[in-house]
Amino acid sequence: MSASNSHLQVDSGLLSPSWYEASARQRVDGLLDAGSFDEFIGPAERETSPHLSLFNLPQQFDDGMIVGRGRLDGKTVFIAAQEGRFMGGSFGEVHGAKLTGLLRAARDLGSVPVLVLFDTGGVRLQEANAGELAIAEIMRAVIEARLAGVPVIGLIGGRAGCYGGGGLIAGCCSALAVSEQGRISVSGPEVIETNRGVEEFDSKDRALVWRTMGGKHRRLIGGADRFADDSLAGFRAAASALLAHVPPMQVETLVAEQRRLEQRLQQFGGSEDAIDIWRSLGISEPASIPGMAYDDFAELVASLKEVRHDAR
Amino acid sequence: MEHLNYRHIVQRRAAGTSKLAIVGVVASGNLEVLAERLLPDNECEVDINTAAEGFGEVWQAVVADFVERRASGGVRLSINDGGARPDMVALRLAQAVRALEGEQA
Repeated sequence: MSASNSHLQVDSGLLSPSWYEASARQRVDGLLDAGSFDEFIGPAERETSPHLSLFNLPQQFDDGMIVGRGRLDGKTVFIAAQEGRFMGGSFGEVHGAKLTGLLRAARDLGSVPVLVLFDTGGVRLQEANAGELAIAEIMRAVIEARLAGVPVIGLIGGRAGCYGGGGLIAGCCSALAVSEQGRISVSGPEVIETNRGVEEFDSKDRALVWRTMGGKHRRLIGGADRFADDSLAGFRAAASALLAHVPPMQVETLVAEQRRLEQRLQQFGGSEDAIDIWRSLGISEPASIPGMAYDDFAELVASLKEVRHDAR
Repeated sequence: MEHLNYRHIVQRRAAGTSKLAIVGVVASGNLEVLAERLLPDNECEVDINTAAEGFGEVWQAVVADFVERRASGGVRLSINDGGARPDMVALRLAQAVRALEGEQA
């Protein structure tokens, strides 16, 4: 592993404080202490996809995955960021290998936390087998890092959301922060509609998509551990808060997670819609949730007990 | 895919001392430009990989206009193109040398 390109200049993120709008590189720069980012296998090394040219498709110099080391509040962290605008942030062979390598380095060192800035639709279809393998390798590497005492924190609030294998990897993390714009799921809206019909899920119904997979819903049912404001500063604060308290990964953790998920299914399994779930959580005006401002929603979350758990 | 390469002898060296800059993204109608300060001060090279074939003349004109307007000496610009229009290409090229110049006003 070599640190290189430490003087790489990028277009400034100052005009784009929104996390959702920012590029992957702007997110990395905005999240970490100023000037502390040191990229591994940067774009000048041209470690590009070996598959895309077979399909007459253009490559990107970093294959849509930026990995490196930096500091957050003065403490060293590893960081990985997906560029959701390049092929939907999809996991290809090189893209995945960069994250696997970073997680294995974190496992071997045992003392440097990992931040994963998800922005992905899942596996890259043009390199499907390599991409599926990458997802499996990354999930294993996340668990191995956590067993070695390394927190792996996922941050989700990008354009592509966190879907497919990205949703599976997120489920393996120590903790997740999500913004209102973030979406977490495995099958995306269009996939569900294609396979099960529009009666099952209307992918054009944006309100339905957001209240089923969006950040507020994921936070309310305990799928994400922190609700972040959609800004570089908001995600920086969320990452700091999550890193401050990461429970150890033990067999008891997995047993507690299994119990939590069983209870969730029992409690909400009969609900037809997210609004029914919110009502059964004891929220008096569930229909007002989607329109709620960040501060009001954060206050509401703090008053609910379902969102607090020691599983994962 | 089509590969194009243009080399120009230029008058002015690109300002600043940064060695490396990257701007843009490979997406529909967009492109990424990697700027590397690798060449003699009076040379500029633009290397292009594009999925849109048959637009060599347009690329040649946009690159010639860029080296005419901007101080780009010493820089190799490598482009991965996702089918950007000429105006977008011109803006990204300008943005790349600007990023290489650093924080100067």
